[in-house]
Amino acid sequence: METFERYRDVVDDFEAFLAACERGLPMAVRVNTLRATTDEAVAAFEAEGVDVERVDWHPHVLVPDTDKPGLTWPGYHGWTHGQEEVSAIPATVLDPQPGERVWDACAAPGSKTTQLAAMMDDTGTLVANDNNLGRLSALRFNTERLGVTNVVVTNQDSRNYSLVPFDGETFDRVLVDAPCSCEGTIRKNPDALDNWNLGHVEEVARVQKGILRRAAQVTEPGGTIVYSTCTFAPEENEAVLDHVLEHEPVEVVDYDLPLEHVSGLTEWEGESFDPQVTKAKRVYPHHNDTGGFFTAKLEVTGA
Amino acid sequence: MSDDEPVDDETVDGETVDESSGDGSAGDEADTETNDGQQFDRLPETAAERVVEGRATREAVLDWWAERFGIDPELFAEHSFWEKGAGKIWAFSGEMPEPARDVESLGMTFLRTRQEHWKPTTDAAQRFGRHASKNTISLSDDEASAFVAGEDQDLEWDGDWGYVIPTHDLAGREEPLGVGLYVYGELRSVVPKGRQRDV
Repeated sequence: METFERYRDVVDDFEAFLAACERGLPMAVRVNTLRATTDEAVAAFEAEGVDVERVDWHPHVLVPDTDKPGLTWPGYHGWTHGQEEVSAIPATVLDPQPGERVWDACAAPGSKTTQLAAMMDDTGTLVANDNNLGRLSALRFNTERLGVTNVVVTNQDSRNYSLVPFDGETFDRVLVDAPCSCEGTIRKNPDALDNWNLGHVEEVARVQKGILRRAAQVTEPGGTIVYSTCTFAPEENEAVLDHVLEHEPVEVVDYDLPLEHVSGLTEWEGESFDPQVTKAKRVYPHHNDTGGFFTAKLEVTGA
Repeated sequence: MSDDEPVDDETVDGETVDESSGDGSAGDEADTETNDGQQFDRLPETAAERVVEGRATREAVLDWWAERFGIDPELFAEHSFWEKGAGKIWAFSGEMPEPARDVESLGMTFLRTRQEHWKPTTDAAQRFGRHASKNTISLSDDEASAFVAGEDQDLEWDGDWGYVIPTHDLAGREEPLGVGLYVYGELRSVVPKGRQRDV
């Protein structure tokens, strides 16, 4: 937890933050609306004696009273998918519509991909990319298990993503759920900080900037991009937005998030960021008893 | 990022492949191109439009689902079918140029062709099997548990031998469990290892 000392001055109620980070996290699931309604999923859990709590901010997120929701009937049938509560934020903010063209730039293992597909009602075209070949099988496994058929899986480096396979067609919406230092997953992975070092943070930030810039370039003017990470480091969050605001025709836009959160930081260690980054939202573990998360919504303003 | 359920990596391509037998529908085209295992080719509508020897047609695929499981071809109106590798058919509801190159997958694996008995995938049976009106077998919860654990079981059933879609009741719905093979009074589970569960 020493790593988190660097956030002492920016996190409200820092002791509560640390205490929350020490606690485990209950397993949450998202209802796969391609298969079942929330009521049906709840009934299926209850039929095998598993009590279910509904979260109040999202109609499809449930917390079943079991450590292994994948070993239940709704899990087997793909009615539900194990997914941390805050992980449901970015797709919800991106809000893809049926029939659209959507790119998920860092898709594996596919929790958010399958959520996007369900929101699109399995129509339109959802391009799910990951640069890690080893993780692609998990992505494919999860999309197929949940019955998704509108997805195209690709294996490219998103920083210079080629549209050649699509005859150059661009996207209406893009999700960049970036690879990150994963500090916000500490409650689920107690060893998340074991290999933490600033050099790694700076290295991954360079990758994040590259991916988000490419996302801006392949999104239609007027289109929407969501940038998210499961980490607290401003180097990987606001600093990435600041960089892309400077180099690409995008702006950060406001959005509603019915979870307790704080605004993006405009200053960090003597550096100041474009004031637009305050429209990004930080969710800390002690806010809603969840993991930690960062989400920004951007609009592409020009070509 | 790392927030989902554990998966078994061998599953995706873990289904058994029988490349040895003919597909029984090759037609007479002798000319023609061979199957290119590195790209996704859209299935021809009918045998008259076929240029790759042995390739299934959309018409044959729709007929197969209608004949074996009583599924109305209209259910697949929004899906195109593609072959990559020998006989593996994918169902896709999005749009892609043809042939599709430099992509890992299109939609879901759906059906294994180029073998004597075409075989649906577990994922396809779960996705589309709710619409099946024949060759489904309703199981009790105990039988369903054994089936998804990968166990074969003796079962009285008076339908045709061949691939079947076992179902069970889940929250008031007869929900398809996957694909079974019914032969010799036995229901064999062909749920791939990575999808098997002790529910």
